[in-house]
Amino acid sequence: MSNKVSLKSANGFFASPLTRALGALIIVFVLGLIFNADGAFYKWGTHRDMLRAVSVYGILACGMTLVIITAGIDLSVGSIIAFTAVCFSLFMIHKGWSALAAVLACLALGTGCGFVSGTVIAKFKIQPFIATIAMMVFARGLAKWVSGGQKISTAVMQPDGSYKYVDVPGFFNFINSKILSNNITVVTVIFLICLVISYILLTKLRYGRYLYAIGGNEEAARLSGVPIVMSKLMAYSVSGFFCAVGGICQAAQELQGDPEAGNGYELSAISMVVIGGTSLAGGRGNMWLTLIGVLTIGYLEKILSINAVGEDKRLMLTGAIIVAAVLLQKTKK
Amino acid sequence: MTIQQDKKIQLLSMTGISKSFSGVQVLNDVQFQLNSGEVHILAGENGAGKSTLMKILAGVYSEYTGSIAVNGTNVKFSTIHDAARAGISIIHQELSLIPTMTVAENVFLGREKCRGLWLAKRQMNLMAKKLLESAGLDIDVAKDVGDYPLGIQQMVEICKALAFESRIIVMDEPTSALTDVEVEKLFAIVAKLKQSGCGIIYITHKMEEIYRIGDTITVLRDGKYVGTSPADQLPQQKLVTWMVGRELNQQFPRHRSNPGHVSLSVKNFSVPDPAGKPFPAVSDVSFEVRAGEILGVAGLGGSGNSELLNGIFGSYGSAPKGNCTLNGKPYSPSHPAKGIEAGIAMLTNDRKVTGLVLGMDIIHNTTLAAIRKYSPFGWLLPAKEARAAKTQGQSMNLKAASLTMPVDALSGGNQQKVVIAKWIETAPKVFLLDEPTRGVDVGAKHEIYELMNKWTAAGIAIVLITSEMPELLAMSDRIIVMHRGKITAEFASTEATQERILAAAMGEKEN
Repeated sequence: MSNKVSLKSANGFFASPLTRALGALIIVFVLGLIFNADGAFYKWGTHRDMLRAVSVYGILACGMTLVIITAGIDLSVGSIIAFTAVCFSLFMIHKGWSALAAVLACLALGTGCGFVSGTVIAKFKIQPFIATIAMMVFARGLAKWVSGGQKISTAVMQPDGSYKYVDVPGFFNFINSKILSNNITVVTVIFLICLVISYILLTKLRYGRYLYAIGGNEEAARLSGVPIVMSKLMAYSVSGFFCAVGGICQAAQELQGDPEAGNGYELSAISMVVIGGTSLAGGRGNMWLTLIGVLTIGYLEKILSINAVGEDKRLMLTGAIIVAAVLLQKTKK
Repeated sequence: MTIQQDKKIQLLSMTGISKSFSGVQVLNDVQFQLNSGEVHILAGENGAGKSTLMKILAGVYSEYTGSIAVNGTNVKFSTIHDAARAGISIIHQELSLIPTMTVAENVFLGREKCRGLWLAKRQMNLMAKKLLESAGLDIDVAKDVGDYPLGIQQMVEICKALAFESRIIVMDEPTSALTDVEVEKLFAIVAKLKQSGCGIIYITHKMEEIYRIGDTITVLRDGKYVGTSPADQLPQQKLVTWMVGRELNQQFPRHRSNPGHVSLSVKNFSVPDPAGKPFPAVSDVSFEVRAGEILGVAGLGGSGNSELLNGIFGSYGSAPKGNCTLNGKPYSPSHPAKGIEAGIAMLTNDRKVTGLVLGMDIIHNTTLAAIRKYSPFGWLLPAKEARAAKTQGQSMNLKAASLTMPVDALSGGNQQKVVIAKWIETAPKVFLLDEPTRGVDVGAKHEIYELMNKWTAAGIAIVLITSEMPELLAMSDRIIVMHRGKITAEFASTEATQERILAAAMGEKEN
């Protein structure tokens, strides 16, 4: 929505958030072509693996975009990933539920977590930062409680204390598989579906308009009859829903449910949204920007890893580049 | 600088002060003098330029022409601190206390007493205590300011100014949040200050206060200096004439029509103060407005007229009490969405804060309040929205390069047209207008008047608040006047005059 607006505005082509975000992505891409260890950047496999690696983050970034557009924030996404991943593994590996039942149950649990955060924020008017940090701690506790603090893997403990290895459920393998003649992973397809759902929510539905209006000017929106409580509640619930989707993918990728999983994922998801140019002040942003932000961070990580940059330097560089990218968008405004 | 020992020393002299905001002249060659030991009333209608003049004095605005002399020395303040150092302090209408700090901490904020690096807490507490006691206020200064009622907070604010040992003290409607007992305490402090040789500039909308404590009165009107006179030589009649005496030279195209059935009826309506003051913003107000009629609601700052309209619309949720009927059906304003659904639209008085989503484009702002019309089953119809915005834009002569422009890029008048378009999209039966022409250029003002004619001709009932008296007189078919939350007078358009309205708005009963 807003990129279309600025494209036509008098500020010109380069003032558009979309072109600015694309600029950052292109710079990263060019870096990849220059620092191209053994020509890895010319192989599709490199790009496919990058996409696979960012997919779970990308799924979280979808929900995060909705929340940030309302001028909110969701810090609980990493913990909800752990909680739903643990539940999913438990349901499928240990309890032997059908894939459909396990997926539906996990989606309900994730959405429920988001609904609780949303209620605290919208109904009781607690700051999103506080409310979701509380959910972050709570959901981590839930994950540890449900799992008994252990990773839920295919090694199932028997009553006599010995371990018995069970088969990896077929559904796990399916999510991990590559389709279209090995060209893309199922996780990436799931990410793209989440992206499309969020895009429709934001641009095609009345509900999306409410989110922009609330983030842009909550008081004016309220006085125009916008249902503030319901809209915010929905935004956090949708974010929780996407967390559950991410948790299911995470479990499948790791072949286990790890109660410690997803640590710091909230920060990755937020940086992806912000690097794309969606404003933390709310009211502006869209899914295209988020997609670009996801790809920018994804490529950055990939380039650093194919050039065998150590984790220490990788982290420092990533921090510096996040600041640089956001500054770039600010000065040109 | 000469120091004289006579009673009256000129503390302050402002001459030839002019100031404009983005091309609009708000002060034009204004002068103002203040002597020691006097209470100098600065009078004028809303928008006369009183606050701007005081903000220049306090160093809030540093861009102006003219000269200011304090104690005979020419000064030019570029910050509030400059002014404070020169002995000028302002007691604002809105409190500038930090509620989470103690009374003493607030009094000494920014000039804490220290022993070396350490705060001299006990000393400050003692000094604050003494200061407050001298003002007749016996409270625990180690408690947070926010824990005290608003009236006490206001007194603390005043004491804070006293702690500065300022010689020039500006009080901008200091009694608006005070109970009668507290007002008496304030007046006692004012008397003390006078005796100690301070000069006090006092801004108020209350006639009784003007004559109770004022020694001298200066009147501003439309940003111009009208005159200065000792209070006992300026009778009320003449004061009001000074305040309103402008020529009605603007064109107001009101086409009166015969009002139809009663559209909105409000009985015993009360609104608690939204800011939490101890008395209601609106108390026990009743009125009705007919289809095709424009009812003007006059009132100066603090009269509660804006709160009345907001209360009827549902801005304050279910806090207001009273009985309303809309076209004969009972209507209870509990939420703006309810108001809109029932057929009430409310143009708020600050389009940037409460009217528009500035980052959104014209189309989306236009359809925001009526979005259900453009989203059957929740699915938006952008083409239909764009058509509606285009039709509205054309009918209002909206000037914009593109309808997909964010509204913050539009001029004030065009922004106002977008807000109006938003409300017309909801097809209202009653349109509440709070300052519809504020910050709007003359051409757009005229267009808004024509629109009002069009709406009344179509049977819409309008309730109008405007601080521009000529506009109120010319556009209203009937006028009610409010003072401190109550209706004090009602006039037919033929019998209303600026003088009568102003007198009623200042709380004078008609004989």
